[in-house]
Amino acid sequence: MNKLILGRYIPGDSWIHQLDPRTKLLASFYYIGIIFLANDWKSYLVMTLATFFMIWLSKVKLGFFLRGVRPMLWLILFTVLLQVFFTTGGKVYWQWGWLAITQFGLSNGAFIFMRFVLIIFISTLLTLTTQPLSLADAVESLLRPLRVLHVPVTELALVLQIALRFVPTLMDQTTKIMNAQRARGVDFGSGNLFQQMKAVVPLLIPLFVDSFSIAEDLATAMDARGYQGGDGRSKFRVLKYHRRDGAAAAGMIVLTVSLLLLRA
Amino acid sequence: MDITFDHVSFTYQAGTPFAGEGLRDVSTTISDHSYTAIIGHTGSGKSTLLQHLNALLKPTSGSVTIGDRVITAETNNKNLKPLRQKVGMVFQFAENQLFEQTVAKDIAFGPKNFGASDDEAAALAKQMVTLVGLPEEVLTQSPFDLSGGQMRRVAIAGVLAMQPQVLVLDEPTAGLDPAGRRDMMTMFERLHETQGLTIVLVTHQMDDVADFADHVLVMDQGALIKEGSPREIFADPDWLRAHQLGLPKATAMAEQLMAKGFRFDPLPLTSDELADQLLPQIGGAHHE
Repeated sequence: MNKLILGRYIPGDSWIHQLDPRTKLLASFYYIGIIFLANDWKSYLVMTLATFFMIWLSKVKLGFFLRGVRPMLWLILFTVLLQVFFTTGGKVYWQWGWLAITQFGLSNGAFIFMRFVLIIFISTLLTLTTQPLSLADAVESLLRPLRVLHVPVTELALVLQIALRFVPTLMDQTTKIMNAQRARGVDFGSGNLFQQMKAVVPLLIPLFVDSFSIAEDLATAMDARGYQGGDGRSKFRVLKYHRRDGAAAAGMIVLTVSLLLLRA
Repeated sequence: MDITFDHVSFTYQAGTPFAGEGLRDVSTTISDHSYTAIIGHTGSGKSTLLQHLNALLKPTSGSVTIGDRVITAETNNKNLKPLRQKVGMVFQFAENQLFEQTVAKDIAFGPKNFGASDDEAAALAKQMVTLVGLPEEVLTQSPFDLSGGQMRRVAIAGVLAMQPQVLVLDEPTAGLDPAGRRDMMTMFERLHETQGLTIVLVTHQMDDVADFADHVLVMDQGALIKEGSPREIFADPDWLRAHQLGLPKATAMAEQLMAKGFRFDPLPLTSDELADQLLPQIGGAHHE
């Protein structure tokens, strides 16, 4: 668990940190959308430069981003190899039966690789610079229009916020129960599949029971503090767009235009 | 079975940007049949130290010797089971570890993991449930139907059923009512005296330390800053206050009385000692 960088927040006050979470969320999705516009080395170069510029703006060390790529490395390599071996066209460099390494195959492989790495960089940038709670706020605010369709947006946001808040608590509880059961002679992660599955029972049941009791206590505490449902509540954390959010949007438009002009 | 710490340091998430120090160069010995109390304010490394006692955590540097096993950073995770049977651990809020359908099965879970037969384990469950002061009827009940205090007792029975030589207790009485606390502490004391169990107790209750422990370790920011008998530790109230620790009630009262002109030597730790020293002084005052 500790090796996973994606999904962690690193406190800071850089230009990127101070952006409105809605801007960051939308820009990340938008970026992932327009990366599919890039189709030659010039457009990929522009995307790479733009990405590194954003990373530089965030003042987070590059090492974090590289570590974010590591868990996905095998998936990336697998996809790249498929591209390299199964794309035909252009000059043939090597052939063995129906397997061939061709010019197009190599370039396609390289592009796919860049696409993966840049997408992971951008999503890592989003989570490293945005607190989970602000992300939940952003989701709530962006989904608000769906209320017209009777989607219970405030309730969804509440569930999301409570879930995010209790992830670390439940992780702690998991570690504690695991240790307690280990001390009673349970071997986690050893033996055959059936034994391993059986060893999880003494961990899962207490965790579920604990979640039920947390839920009950939390619901009672919320009731006692006057919670009566999501509608008609005011907000403590009010999201507001600033000038820098406009600048970020403008940056995205510039990026799109240059991509459209440059792509082959 | 002695447990010896030799220059033990431990770092959480070592080698990552989130690394945090848990223990710093701790050296001490918890000797056989002793009753050791570990005190220190929250976050001082007490619980980290406890988890080294049965190799749930392994030192980042230095070594822990438990009986005849030496645990270092390189120790393999295999074959630690015999060790875990000898060192029984009661974690904070131990009731959270219950999971079986019946109390009997839950208590038998530990012994069975360490190779006891079904019959042996069932017999142990019966014996332990009485030992922790519960009626035998609860054996057939679901642990989740019991009250909080009873659940805690069942969890402790589950650890005692492994028949450990060392019993490690992490705030075993947290959240219990005064009667429950007293019962539980007397039970541990009885086990210590009748069965020669080595006990390691983490607590914030200085009265328990004064009443039961014969050896005290004081932790601060991951380091062991003082160790000795309760009398040595509580002899310097100013030093304790400087480290955000309290005094046993009797000692605190003696200190207040000293400001009014009473004299105590040595400082009393329990109410009995306080009364013993106070009586002649009050009597003396009457005679004048």
